[in-house]
Amino acid sequence: MLHIYCPHCCELREEEEFHAKGQAHIARPLDPDNCTDAEWGNYVFYRKNPRGLHHEIWYHSTGCRKFFNVTRDTQTYAIKEVYKIGEQPQVVAEG
Amino acid sequence: MSETLAPEKEATVTVAVMNQLSTAKDVRAESPLHHAELDKLASRNPRAGGVSLRELKLLGHLTLRGSQQNQSFMNGCAEVLGVALPTLPLTSVEKGSVSIRWVSPDEWLVVLPADQAFEVERGLRAAIEGHYQVVNVSGGQTILELSGPNARDVLKKSTVLDVHPSQFPVGKVAGSVFAKSTALVRRSGEDTWELVVRRSFADYIWLWLQDASREYGLVIKH
Repeated sequence: MLHIYCPHCCELREEEEFHAKGQAHIARPLDPDNCTDAEWGNYVFYRKNPRGLHHEIWYHSTGCRKFFNVTRDTQTYAIKEVYKIGEQPQVVAEG
Repeated sequence: MSETLAPEKEATVTVAVMNQLSTAKDVRAESPLHHAELDKLASRNPRAGGVSLRELKLLGHLTLRGSQQNQSFMNGCAEVLGVALPTLPLTSVEKGSVSIRWVSPDEWLVVLPADQAFEVERGLRAAIEGHYQVVNVSGGQTILELSGPNARDVLKKSTVLDVHPSQFPVGKVAGSVFAKSTALVRRSGEDTWELVVRRSFADYIWLWLQDASREYGLVIKH
């Protein structure tokens, strides 16, 4: 069971209160009408599946009902960093 | 990403605000636990028990949403409600018969006597400018009050929140999982806890609480 720090409630809570919402920082093509099928396909369907650090969106569904970002190690499940939507991660994978 | 997109010029918005309390005598209000007949249960209670349960029924619940950066919103709420919105996470304030729970950085739950809800809602709409929301959700939820020396033990069986006094001081509010449903838990006194629960889950939680508090002895208050 993960112990997740909610950056809005400002305390650690049980994983049961949260939902994982997949990869974070997926940029929508700025001009969808003029992007290629490959660009749109990558945006809609293609996701990373790293062994190691992964930036994810989590949702505090039973608490403050806010979305936020989590950097998690997919091997150890250790949460390296929690930061709000719109912010950039400080902990990033090397290379 | 974090910026809110708002139209450059605010359009005039007309909102129908309804007084949800009927003045007609033949319309009766029923709380979500009306069918449980807590008043009858209260009259044939055991006199003593470790947990007391009371429904704080038919109160006015207003959901307030707005940015803390919107001075008109913050000032308007403080003026109309008589007390400033709590901006510290997981806190609540109480003044007279009005209590305000922090729900999220831009959401609060105001609980007040039902007959004041209409006036307060109209007051807020008159006082606040800009981007905000006021919704009367009185019919959608109810409050269950647990008290007594074993109330905390019942909570420990029901929620993943840490309800130890060092982590959950009087006045703290936290939304969490509660008995496979959800509840907004507030510690309103040393041994008193209030659960804001959804109308549709009220019966389930009432049944759960009866079961969970059986070993301590449950006293129904009315």
